[in-house]
Amino acid sequence: MTSLAARLPVIGPLISGAAFNIWTVGALIVAALVAAPIFTVLGIALTDSSDIWSHLYHTVLGLYLERTVVLMIGVGAGTLVIGTGTAWLVTMCRFKGSKYFEWALLLPLAVPAYVLAFVVTDQLEYAGNVQVTLRSLFGWTRPQDYWFPEVRSMTGAITVMTLVLYPYVYLLARAAFLEQSVCVLEVSRTLGKTAWGSFIHVALPLARPSIVVGVTLVLMEVLNDFGTVDYFAVRTFTAGIFDVWLNMNSIGGAAQLSSVLLLVVLVLIVTERLARQGRKFHHTSSKYSELPSYRLSGLRAALAFSACALPVLLGFVLPATVLANYALEFYEETLSADYLGFVSNSLILSASAALLALIIGLFLAYAVRMSRGPWVKLAARTASVGYAVPGAILAVGVLWPTGALDQSLSWLGGHLGIGIGAVMIGTVAPLVYGYLVRFLALSYGTAEASLGKITPSMDGAARTLGASPAGALQRVHFPLMRGSLLTAAILVFVDCMKELPLTIILRPFNFDTLATFVYQYASDELLEESALGALTIVGAGIIPVVLLSLTIARSRPGSRPGAR
Amino acid sequence: MSGLHLRAISHAFGSNQVLSGVSVFVAPGELVCLLGPSGCGKTTLLRLAAGLETLQTGQVEINDQIVADGASARQMPPEQRGVGLMFQDYALFPHLNVRDNIAFGIDAAKGGRRSAWIDEALATMGLTEYADSYPHTLSGGQQQRVALIRALAPGPQILLLDEPFSGLDVTRRAQIRADTLELVKKSGVATLMVTHDPEEAMFMADRILVMNEGRVVQDGSPVDLYFQPADAFVAEFFGPVNRFAATVRGGSVDTPLGRFATPSLKDGTAVNVMIRPEGFRLSTEDATPQPMPGDPGDLTAAPGTFEIVTARPLGRSSFVVFRLADGKSVEARIPGVFLPAPGSRVRVAVNARQVHVFETR
Repeated sequence: MTSLAARLPVIGPLISGAAFNIWTVGALIVAALVAAPIFTVLGIALTDSSDIWSHLYHTVLGLYLERTVVLMIGVGAGTLVIGTGTAWLVTMCRFKGSKYFEWALLLPLAVPAYVLAFVVTDQLEYAGNVQVTLRSLFGWTRPQDYWFPEVRSMTGAITVMTLVLYPYVYLLARAAFLEQSVCVLEVSRTLGKTAWGSFIHVALPLARPSIVVGVTLVLMEVLNDFGTVDYFAVRTFTAGIFDVWLNMNSIGGAAQLSSVLLLVVLVLIVTERLARQGRKFHHTSSKYSELPSYRLSGLRAALAFSACALPVLLGFVLPATVLANYALEFYEETLSADYLGFVSNSLILSASAALLALIIGLFLAYAVRMSRGPWVKLAARTASVGYAVPGAILAVGVLWPTGALDQSLSWLGGHLGIGIGAVMIGTVAPLVYGYLVRFLALSYGTAEASLGKITPSMDGAARTLGASPAGALQRVHFPLMRGSLLTAAILVFVDCMKELPLTIILRPFNFDTLATFVYQYASDELLEESALGALTIVGAGIIPVVLLSLTIARSRPGSRPGAR
Repeated sequence: MSGLHLRAISHAFGSNQVLSGVSVFVAPGELVCLLGPSGCGKTTLLRLAAGLETLQTGQVEINDQIVADGASARQMPPEQRGVGLMFQDYALFPHLNVRDNIAFGIDAAKGGRRSAWIDEALATMGLTEYADSYPHTLSGGQQQRVALIRALAPGPQILLLDEPFSGLDVTRRAQIRADTLELVKKSGVATLMVTHDPEEAMFMADRILVMNEGRVVQDGSPVDLYFQPADAFVAEFFGPVNRFAATVRGGSVDTPLGRFATPSLKDGTAVNVMIRPEGFRLSTEDATPQPMPGDPGDLTAAPGTFEIVTARPLGRSSFVVFRLADGKSVEARIPGVFLPAPGSRVRVAVNARQVHVFETR
């Protein structure tokens, strides 16, 4: 037991004697808090006595399942093709503009799916710019005169989500292609394979684990989405959960639907974990040198350029331009609708959640470093499962117990003669709790990776050179970690700014964030007047894109890593 | 007494007993090597001396002060012990350049005085132009030197080196060893070094402690350990040996390579006779083997001639294998280039001081 406290010479003595207890207990508490909403949902589902389950089973369950699966397959395939294809073109080929596309292809990350959905609908619906122009060009006057694809459909939803989510696959595929040994691809060429052949038979299989991880992340986002599927009237599980809960007023039914959805999520998590394991074994050589690139010219170059330009245009340039136009025209309406209030709400909420996520993530990372037993590691892995759980399920799992907690508190208060109204409900606490559950994986993952770079011998060196444990934290840990921690905080911050499903449900009465404001207005066909708000969200979303593109620039083969 | 005293140290990780009753003494200015195979507890001993592990049994005393006592559970934290430790992986701080790394352990108050020392140390190790570079731009040898200077910069009373040369190219090792020895001796600090390379230990150390499975097997000067190993383990640790089974008769053992006196062993004892490859002197059939300058003791001529199996030049010595009458091969290392043709016959003589006889366990 004593060697545990001295396991790491820096942190151990800081909390003399009780080191074992505080870290382990703390980690277990965090894990329990993260797992609580999931278990709550399962608990409600299993104990609900109302008859809604059979009703659901016989009516809409099959529909939800089918719609969700179709959406997943469509978006999965779309992001796979676009993400992998553009990553290959940008990594392995040289054509005019390929250097810019390396980071430009990330831009659609800044646009939340629901914002793109609003913009696309606004432009492509009957009264939108595109159809109006077509009608005036061709002299059509009635909808029966011509055919135009219906935007508010499954196809529309698939297209919109694909355009916004392909960067996940792009990033991971690109990293995988870069990691591959130059030799493997050169051998493939000397053995007579053309560029296309090398791609199909060598590069793609080697990159497969990373691509699988990317696609599972995309699918988790698909399951999580509410704004798009609601707006496009696509009845997925998430839409169904909202429907059953809010419209039919049946929490039991919502919980039961959630349980089925959790099974799908479980499959995705397992797939992703297995694929991550596979990545370790696919790293061929660590030699970095200039990758052989295929120079493209003429028609081929033009095709490559278009293939890369199209996703960026549709996924970012289009919405940004439309929103900017509207914002310029209608900013006064936005401001008078209390835009600044929403901005401040969003900022405060996101900043608090980011700060808390950072602190808890750091705590978990140190707890794992400090202990040897399996419990803490298990607790940390449990605590990082929240990113996969769709916001709707979390909302059910958070709201119900906090409501129950409030009721017991008032009951308790009533017995003690104190009037206690709602304590939790009515504050942002449940919402921040929901954000933490969902985004803890991000801060913990970053803290863990960053702390892992500080070897135990560095700690030992600092101590033998005369630094106290606190001194070592300050002079060695903090400088080495602060860059990544800042990045993690920013990423959590931006994710909170964009978040919709959790926020809609868990926000206090009369409390709106930018995301809910835009969603509300767009649902009421008033997108133009909330355009400034949507643009602000996209603006915030650019920050992670900038950070990521800096990492991309540094990760180019042959470039030296910085001092940090 | 000043210097480093480790008294009767025992340590266990869970059920794994890593050290049993180990005592080490290093006087100021002395360099002592802990020599032994991987897993024998050497690094744990260093970490206990530095305070990076909690002492369970025994005592650590540094310059007349007891810094750790297993009985009273008193442990002085590492930052107060005045011990410099150089890690096997160097553990340079990536976010600081060379100069800042070295200055890390130096009190701000003493900063001015020590910066002259730092400049001089960098010059001695040939690193002056790298003072502003970051660790990841340096080669392994350069990082090792920086780590050494960094450990010495705060002016510690004791210096601990954990396998300082194991990560380096073989070709560079000799030069870096010499530079390290010079810097350490110049600083006059009591130094305890851990290694698994016997030649390294013999080059660097004033005294060597051979360890095996958590115990000290022998403690002495390099010459003592080489010529008077306490047991078979120590003998074999300093290089490969040729083994012959024999029985003591009349105060000596008889081997195909000669008779060697064993006054301390009883008649009838079963023994292993170990002859070092460097203990042989060979000559062609028509001559007699001659001793070389510096050979300790006399040569014992082996009866008859022996057939050469193979002879390979290794530069400064030759690796010669010859066969005994019963077919067993014997390895010899002959200084210089001596390459008899395979199949030819040679005369063999053995240097008695390179013969070690131990009871068979």
